[in-house]
Amino acid sequence: MKFSLSWLREHLDFTASVEDVCKRLNEIGLEVEGVDNPAQRLSGFRTAKILEATRHPDADRLQVCRVAAGEGFEEVQVVCGAPNARTGLNVIFAPPGTYVPGLDITIKKGKIRGQASGGMLCSLRELGIGEESDGIAELPETAPLGQAYAAYADLDDPVIEIAITPNRGDALGIRGIARDLAAAGLGTLCQWGDRDWAFEKIRGDNDAVLWRMPRFYGEKVSDDAPLSWKIDHAGCTQVAGRVIRGVKNGPSPEWLRKRLEAVGVKPVSALVDVTNYLAYDIGRPLHVFDLAKLSGDTLSVTHAAHETFTGLDDGEYVLGTEDMVIADDAGVQSLAGLIGGKASGVDENTVDVFVESALFDAVRIALTGRRLAIHTDARQRFERGVDQALVRPGLDAATNLIVQLCGGTPGAVVEAGAEPNWGREATLRFERLAALGGVDIAPDAAVQSLVGLGFEIVQSDDARVTFRVPSWRNDIAMPCENLAFRDGLDDAKKAALTESVQRIEPECDLLEEVLRLYGLDNVQPQALPQVSMVPAPAVNGLQARKALLRRVCAARGLMETVGFSFVAYDDAVLFGDAPEALRLLNPIATDLDQLRATPLINLGRALGRNVARGLAVSGDGALFELGPVFDAAGQKTVLAGIRGGLSARAPGQKAQEPSVWDVKADLVAVLAALGVPDASLSVTADAPSYYHPGRSGQVRQGPKLVLGRFGELHPAVVKALGLSGSVVAFEVLLDQIPQPKVKRKAAPALSVLQPVRRDFAFLAGPDVEAQAVLRAARNAERKLIQDVRLFDVFEGGSLPEGYRSLGVEVILQPQTESLTDTQIEAVSQAVEAAVEKATGATLRR
Amino acid sequence: MADDLETLKQDTLAALEAAQDRTAWDAVRVGTLGKSGALTGLLKQLGRLAPDERKARGQALNRLRDELGAAIEARGQALEAEALAARLASEKIDVTMPAPEEVLGGIHPISRTVEEMTAIFGAMGFTVAEGPDVESQWHNFSALNTPDHHPARTEHDTFYLPAEDGVEEPRVLRTQTSGVQIRTMLGNKPPIRIIAPGRTYRADHDATHSPMFHQCEGLVVDRNITLGHLKGCLIEFLRVYFDKPNLPVRFRASYFPFTEPSMEVDIGWSKATGEIGGGSDWLEVLGAGMVHPRVLANCGLDPAEWQGFAFGMGIERLAMLKNGIPDLRSFYESDLRWLRHYGFSAFAPANLTEGV
Repeated sequence: MKFSLSWLREHLDFTASVEDVCKRLNEIGLEVEGVDNPAQRLSGFRTAKILEATRHPDADRLQVCRVAAGEGFEEVQVVCGAPNARTGLNVIFAPPGTYVPGLDITIKKGKIRGQASGGMLCSLRELGIGEESDGIAELPETAPLGQAYAAYADLDDPVIEIAITPNRGDALGIRGIARDLAAAGLGTLCQWGDRDWAFEKIRGDNDAVLWRMPRFYGEKVSDDAPLSWKIDHAGCTQVAGRVIRGVKNGPSPEWLRKRLEAVGVKPVSALVDVTNYLAYDIGRPLHVFDLAKLSGDTLSVTHAAHETFTGLDDGEYVLGTEDMVIADDAGVQSLAGLIGGKASGVDENTVDVFVESALFDAVRIALTGRRLAIHTDARQRFERGVDQALVRPGLDAATNLIVQLCGGTPGAVVEAGAEPNWGREATLRFERLAALGGVDIAPDAAVQSLVGLGFEIVQSDDARVTFRVPSWRNDIAMPCENLAFRDGLDDAKKAALTESVQRIEPECDLLEEVLRLYGLDNVQPQALPQVSMVPAPAVNGLQARKALLRRVCAARGLMETVGFSFVAYDDAVLFGDAPEALRLLNPIATDLDQLRATPLINLGRALGRNVARGLAVSGDGALFELGPVFDAAGQKTVLAGIRGGLSARAPGQKAQEPSVWDVKADLVAVLAALGVPDASLSVTADAPSYYHPGRSGQVRQGPKLVLGRFGELHPAVVKALGLSGSVVAFEVLLDQIPQPKVKRKAAPALSVLQPVRRDFAFLAGPDVEAQAVLRAARNAERKLIQDVRLFDVFEGGSLPEGYRSLGVEVILQPQTESLTDTQIEAVSQAVEAAVEKATGATLRR
Repeated sequence: MADDLETLKQDTLAALEAAQDRTAWDAVRVGTLGKSGALTGLLKQLGRLAPDERKARGQALNRLRDELGAAIEARGQALEAEALAARLASEKIDVTMPAPEEVLGGIHPISRTVEEMTAIFGAMGFTVAEGPDVESQWHNFSALNTPDHHPARTEHDTFYLPAEDGVEEPRVLRTQTSGVQIRTMLGNKPPIRIIAPGRTYRADHDATHSPMFHQCEGLVVDRNITLGHLKGCLIEFLRVYFDKPNLPVRFRASYFPFTEPSMEVDIGWSKATGEIGGGSDWLEVLGAGMVHPRVLANCGLDPAEWQGFAFGMGIERLAMLKNGIPDLRSFYESDLRWLRHYGFSAFAPANLTEGV
């Protein structure tokens, strides 16, 4: 919402500077988004006169002008290329140092073809305020010399743009803004006068005639009523209209055009401009039909059929039966509260008009407006709620302005429905100012603030005050009919809660008004009451382990990333499933339309981008993400990592691609950090299809529970990601991993005796897994075997095809006395037998 | 000294001098003092001499033995030192060569910022609550006093997902983490003191908007919580977070459907230099307000009994301000150079003991 300071002065007497106005607006919830002062932009330009213009001695198209531009510039020589520069012409002069917005240059002294030039004569386009023209701007002969051009042209009028929150429909009228400022102590609100004659105020000399509204326009002035109203839609409570015959439509006078242009509204014609003017001035949307283009004798506010409607904006709108329209015998002529129809709009040939002023339901307007994506000043006002008592005064004001600007004879007011009963009541208990607001405001001051906003005192005593809410505040003490209760509340509870809300909410509404006018900055900050001297941990165990895992991964050289939860559908397919239930109905881009099943999709793409930039060639192609993934069952948390690119070359070291073992080590480290006992895990070679089928595995706890996966990515996936070579990855399914039970640890048995190490070489057949050999060896004997390690793998040579020799070191830890050869031999035999029994692998001798 | 002893001495010393390695030196040692050494031989012959000669000869031989023994020992040490010097010289390397590179990982600024926020609010008795990214419209909007037609609902540019079986309304990707506040009020009796950091989604994509971003919301519900507490809590947070004990903080009236009164919170900064706390400009960083009675009632809490405040802030925005990160989109691009530049060490988690 934009308004100029001069327009604000129509409603508010004030002496404050524009800076102070902005500061106050910010404090009271009308956030200033910007201030534009044309006078500041055009500060250098001044009015001047060409004393003499002569041909440039060395250039046919240039003239050398002697220019008088007032004090300091009594006589300046300026070289000018404009064909209309001539002796005696009044012009706009830009002295050196002036910034010229239309050209984006700053004027400097100089010489043009050998002739000194001490400034520039300008066109309006060069000032950024006019259309392209042939030559410089010509000012009237009466223009003074040496005045700031902005002041001369009446451009010294800052325009303030404020953001209007959804609750403040009343601030979409400049009168509403003025009322707020006055209530906040900045200026005095100009009198409305009698409620019926709101616009009778006599303004400045120019406006006095325009604004003096003869009383009879509000009364029944004639019987001329070619149309009557009919309401057939619940979304309309009141509608009024009146014919005005014999108007002459044309451009509006300059003052009106300037006002509209200043706030960003394009002037169209006097009839249209009047409705826009009142929309901004008092927040009252109106519409003007061309009577000649309407048929029949009734206008109905009714439901649309399934039909297409062409708006004034040439937009084609497909309507449904819930939409509210204004129709005549021929069909839809206007989309109520949103936009008029092209077919019945006014133009330069319009003679008779019918002016409409109505009260439409905010919800209905919002729903239709949103569905049809219509963004008009009318919608903006109706959906935030317009003044409930302004249908008739608004119509009268429009009549007045139209007759003043376009002539014509007004007919009788025709009306259907009635002004709603808007006089809701709201009560404030003074003790709540401190108990909720935390402020010490005198009850009188609080009451005064609200009175300033137009609240009328109904009743008051020492403890409380009850107000009648003004007709323009549709955000205060609104009925509480349809709370969105949680499931599982019984009717008695619902009734009790509703009763509480009906009591508390209006009070909060009033409190908010008092506080915003009082200034939130004046509320004394208070420390939150302490719950306990030392607070409990802020995160629970599950949250803490996420933080821990981030650190574990980062410490292992992986860089944390944050990827979008949605990815491209094609990428999702590449990594498994892309169910429709997890596809966005309204994606913002086609590559962000499917909820991801694994962060590896984002990580793969991220790695691809880095490699494409020539990065990830020093072992740093290592990324991880800990975040949400989605499947049919819901949302889960996955930690995933990827390694690709090359390691750094170094003396004696070639650049290498990462291997499966790098990510298996990552996975093992993560599980270790989570306290998952290594002995409880097994690996199965059945990772999802985006992994290399022969070089990937799933880590399981027991037969069913998959805790994680690792491996090389499938070459087809690697290729699709635009990568090459070995790209390895791991995933940890965090939700599957149980929280370890917190137990006190037993004291460790720290034997004084040296451990004994024995090496075995097992000849393992093609189907024998290393983990089976190691597990069998470890379990061969419970008391002495402390650890079992694989230290060598050999294949080829004299070994049978597909066989491997596995070098296994078994570590025996004696506890009380040194082991005898016999004991060691017994354990060795047990290991050999257990491995052979479990896997068929035999000891090589 | 007898001539033969003098000769032996001179010969031995000369031989020692000539010995250039351990082997040659050992040969001299053995040839002189060994079992069949020259001096040993002479000592053995002592017994054959006449007693009167034996004494003088014995003294001379002993002297010579001590003398040569010391010379041999000294030569041996010299040779050892020479050998060590030679070895060290041969072992010289170019110590100016770079150390082997270790790849450093890092913590993303978003995670770090959440940790910092958690540390500060944690000290004020808040705990972290979490909830799903895919929400019902009730959790994301209706319960928060934002009915279907509410203008605030359109302003959110919501992403929708197909409805679940048996439900009419499409699900939404949460536009705010307020659903977590709702779930907290449904599942816990007051007093409540939580923050809810997490991913949020809005259908908006340009230089200053990302379709996914992060928010941290907070909720306090109790019997006697006032706007003064709201201000105290948020001013304290901002000053600790930015490590500026005197950071100017401004509260401006605003509107949110789920709070009343509602406000936006600005901090002082310099538009020209970007310095937080300096200059005379204001920068919006937070939205807050007293929990709306309807929100409490929707969750089954009686607004005549319970009251409190809620707030919400953009995690990226606060991370950008504190760490001087100019571009929002860079958070999600996973550019290794950016991650290295803005990432945080794994070994310095955020905590108040060391300072956030």
